[in-house]
Amino acid sequence: MVIGSAMIAFLLLGLAAPLGRRRPAVAGLVHLACLPPSLLLLALGLMHLAAPPGTPPQIITLPLGLPGLAGHWRLDRLSAFFLLVVNLPAVLAGLYGLGYAPHLPRPGRVAPFLPLFLLGMNGVLLADDAFSFLLAWEFMSLTSWLLVVADDGNPEAGKAGLTYLSMAAFGGFCLLAAFALMAADGGSFDFALLRAHPGGGGGVLAVLLVLLGTGSKAGMVPLHPWLPLAHPAAPSHASALMSGVMTKVALYGLIRILFDLQPVLGWQWGFALMLLGAATALTGVFYALMQRDLKVLLAYSTVENVGLILVALGLAAAFRAYDQPALAALALVAALYHVLNHSLIKSLLFLGAGAVVSATGERDINRLGGLLNRMPVTGACFLAGACAISALPPLNGFVSEWLVFQSLFHAPSLSHWAMRFGVPVVGVALALAAAFAAVCFVRAFGTVFLGRPRSAAAAAAREAPLSLQLAQVVPAALCLGLGIFPVLVSGGLASVVAPLLRVRLPTALLGWPWLSPIAPGAGSYSALMLLLTGVALAITTVLVVHHFGSQRTRRAPVWDCGTPCALPEAQYSADSFSQPLRRVFGRPLLAARELIDMPAPGDTAPARFRLEIRDPLWDGLYARLIRLVNRLADRVNRLQSLTVRHYLLMMFWTLVAGLVIVAVRPPL
Amino acid sequence: MIPLLWGILHTLLVVAAAPWATGLTRRVKARLQGRRGASCWQPYRDLWRLLQKDSVIADSASWLFHITPYVVFVAVWLAATILPTLTTDMIMTPAADLIALVALLGVARFFTALAGLDAGTAFGGLGASREMFIASLGEPAMLMVTFSLSVLAHTTSPAHLVEFVLAGHVGLEVSVGLAMGALLMVALAESGRIPIDNPATHLELTMVHEAMVLEYSGRHLALMEAAAMMRQLLFLSLIICLFLPWGIARPGDAAPWLLVGLAAWIAKVAALSVVLAAYESWIAKMRLFRIADFLGGALLLALLATIFLYVSEAL
Amino acid sequence: MAHTPFAYNLAHLIGATVLMMGFGLLYQRRMTAVIRTYALQAMALALAAAWQAAIQDAPHLYATALIILLFKGMAVPAALQWLVRRLGIHRTVETALGIGPTLMAGVGLVALSIVLVMPMDIAATAITRESVALAMSVVLLGLLMMITRRNAVTQVVGFMSLENGLLLAAVGAHGMPLVVELSIAFSVLVAMALFGIFFFRIRERFDSLELSYLETSRGDSQ
Repeated sequence: MVIGSAMIAFLLLGLAAPLGRRRPAVAGLVHLACLPPSLLLLALGLMHLAAPPGTPPQIITLPLGLPGLAGHWRLDRLSAFFLLVVNLPAVLAGLYGLGYAPHLPRPGRVAPFLPLFLLGMNGVLLADDAFSFLLAWEFMSLTSWLLVVADDGNPEAGKAGLTYLSMAAFGGFCLLAAFALMAADGGSFDFALLRAHPGGGGGVLAVLLVLLGTGSKAGMVPLHPWLPLAHPAAPSHASALMSGVMTKVALYGLIRILFDLQPVLGWQWGFALMLLGAATALTGVFYALMQRDLKVLLAYSTVENVGLILVALGLAAAFRAYDQPALAALALVAALYHVLNHSLIKSLLFLGAGAVVSATGERDINRLGGLLNRMPVTGACFLAGACAISALPPLNGFVSEWLVFQSLFHAPSLSHWAMRFGVPVVGVALALAAAFAAVCFVRAFGTVFLGRPRSAAAAAAREAPLSLQLAQVVPAALCLGLGIFPVLVSGGLASVVAPLLRVRLPTALLGWPWLSPIAPGAGSYSALMLLLTGVALAITTVLVVHHFGSQRTRRAPVWDCGTPCALPEAQYSADSFSQPLRRVFGRPLLAARELIDMPAPGDTAPARFRLEIRDPLWDGLYARLIRLVNRLADRVNRLQSLTVRHYLLMMFWTLVAGLVIVAVRPPL
Repeated sequence: MIPLLWGILHTLLVVAAAPWATGLTRRVKARLQGRRGASCWQPYRDLWRLLQKDSVIADSASWLFHITPYVVFVAVWLAATILPTLTTDMIMTPAADLIALVALLGVARFFTALAGLDAGTAFGGLGASREMFIASLGEPAMLMVTFSLSVLAHTTSPAHLVEFVLAGHVGLEVSVGLAMGALLMVALAESGRIPIDNPATHLELTMVHEAMVLEYSGRHLALMEAAAMMRQLLFLSLIICLFLPWGIARPGDAAPWLLVGLAAWIAKVAALSVVLAAYESWIAKMRLFRIADFLGGALLLALLATIFLYVSEAL
Repeated sequence: MAHTPFAYNLAHLIGATVLMMGFGLLYQRRMTAVIRTYALQAMALALAAAWQAAIQDAPHLYATALIILLFKGMAVPAALQWLVRRLGIHRTVETALGIGPTLMAGVGLVALSIVLVMPMDIAATAITRESVALAMSVVLLGLLMMITRRNAVTQVVGFMSLENGLLLAAVGAHGMPLVVELSIAFSVLVAMALFGIFFFRIRERFDSLELSYLETSRGDSQ
């Protein structure tokens, strides 16, 4: 009932918004009006999670949908958790949009679609039959596509939109086929019947299609190239939702199908997911490290984090296949924890990037700098986000990473040799990805917020308006909160996982503040203790230093070994920062080339440095695919100008072929 | 009560002993190079003198520059506090396992690198870029060492690792040897010692750590220097704790054992410092891009350590 | 985990040192360093042989150890160093595959040999699986070195390191009768190979010792 009213509110908002498209202020109001339904759904999710274990899921059947098939909607713990993941950033985005949307170039093209986008995402979470699920899924894809192409003055957005649309169509088609196979095997499109029919999973092909369908939406390598194009093209608060939330909805689909509807899966799928996740994490972070565009950088970092979550999901699947439910629960809790963390952190970072872009008009980080002095709140929040995503304690990013590593470290107990040798390699990949993420965010924060301004726009930047600041402070505080009380959060997550794996993960075997999920002696972590001790040590340090040492501070021109250079170009830029890693890994992996265009002798023009980075995956796979499709399309084009006789001939042959198939098919 | 007491004592011990270990290394190195060298206590005098001086901060620096020395110092101190060196019976030991320890050092590095970028100079950026490059390979290698030890002992907690080894569950394993090799290589890199970085250099183009703290002076520099010394001691202690834990007291041991632990720790730190000094005198500094091979080698060594466990495990 | 006695553990540790030196050979970039690493590998092998002699109570293995130490640990490296100096061979190792990828391939080969020995069911008193895995890894690394390093001298070093792997397996096996003879035979073979290159290079030199040739391509040693 409550859910329904929230959903209808989104729908009405979306439909009503175009009425005021001429006035920018209306766009802000629409965003404000998104807050109550989002908050409502958020509260609902929290309430369902707080309910005692064993509370049955709420089920509603509506007379909507295909003829003979009612629309089934269901709220269980998994959906409730994801309602939290979706609507928390949605609230932030609404708050942010209040101050941000009226200043967009075309606010009238954004405002109607944001509530509809939220409607689609929430619908996916609540759907309990294949038809409703796909309907909501496609709705989500379509509205997000409209947000991507909202800025019609930008040709890049058009290209991004086209790529995104084709990829979304591919993913939707895969899911459609997967559900068809599952329904053929399990007898129904209704999730409840599929769940009651274990073993009828549609086989290998169905799982593969699910993986492709959800993976393409989540940004799994090699289906990721649309993501860094599409996410940054949307307005920043929509980017935050797409990157922070929509990828999580895709992962929800994966979890729902693999762990709820398809409870029997071989360890091979876990292994494959793990390897794909590791590849995704490494690829994502490595591209992020090379980007100059702040929003593209953040989008690639999303790819990395999705990879980390996929690794944890793969581990969970493998543990479950080997009948080790406790470790499976650990891995699944780790995955969900990271889902929550990443949705918050990435929203925070995208909102911060949006504030920077609207203050300076620059997305190229090589033209920014020194913003921490001019935008202290945005800078501090972005720093918190950067620390959290680089997995630094005591923030939340570290907890989920810790949990993923803990479950990974126990995976060599799985007896197949492929697992035993694969797991350490995945461990290396994850460890590298984590370290690269820290490099990436030192680079991003350092070039954008520290140093001296590299352009006039950066020098003239002003702090963002209050609603934008508020929308950043809240998630930054939540990042700290989710990091300091890991036992609480993972306890909640254990109750989400318990119905899926039929085992409840103990989160604090050592007692309350110590996160120790495996065994009392197997390694523990306590952010609260670290923080308290750290504060005590910090106070001691400050007291000692100020008591025994000089307290005076002088401001002076920068020293720089005695030879300071006043030109801001003399600072390290983002490209120079990543040069060592680019030189070691970039050449083989990205075909990175550094070119110096020297003028002819006698010419006084300056020499120019150029950096070329290509995506081998795009060149090798997608460019070829596009060429192939174009060639096929040319061929098929000829069909348009045939004579009537030819068309009749084709129909005849199709009919005959169909009849032959029916004739030779084995009887059911 | 006892764990709390030991915890506080240990906290003070690590911060007090760090300059001594650095001074010892410097002195041995000087002797090996035919110089007399300053006394082992010289670093204390240096730090004291730096504390007395005013701090000069660049105009272009932000508030991050002010707080970084404190953040860095506290993060390293915290890490050093948690790692058991004398006894495993300390209140803070379960607060962080090896993964968290690596991450705490990561905090210190993250902020040092940001401070290097803050003033907007070429050298600061150079140092930050190189430091993060080195760390991007060194940190995974350390995590992989943790991985192989945890496969062996089913724990990532240093205290339980110590107890596992002291209980005699582990002999002369090939994997342990390989893991130790990897950790030694990482320790050289992470504490900024010679084949990777030269702590004594002030030649602009070879600096890594020195370049990042170039703009610091006075008490801020003192904190950064002290953090670097403590980091070096931390790595020595880590090697001792994971691979040479004999002498570390365990819960239930009587108080005199702690003195044994202290004596053993001092002896081991001194021995490792001498070895470090000798190694530094013997080897030449590496080119920057060779470091990728060196630390990549450490990473692969740690990976091999895990793989080799499977063979001996199957015996 | 089953306990293996100290003797075997130490033997394996020495074997692991031999293996590490095999990785060291792949890691080094300078010719002199490669030869020095090879000498260290041979010394580790000699130590392995001596230790096996002690624990197996087989005095003839001491002879093997001595031969390995004197011949492969000292004479051959010295000869190679002399050769490098005398023939003015490039100081740097020429690689067909970068250092990083080679090392990764090496780890892959070690993993492969471990997978191969895992199902072997030999009683722990004879050759243990670990030492077989070690020896096989050393052999494979030697082969890897031969195919990824271009220069003739590095190829010879690769071959000799391969042979070290075989010897490691041989000394680890109880009651292997012909270890001494085997080591001598291999040593002779290596000597032949060395002299082969030497004579080949000398002939090449003599062919090109004409004044006119030297004027056009000075310092070209390849």
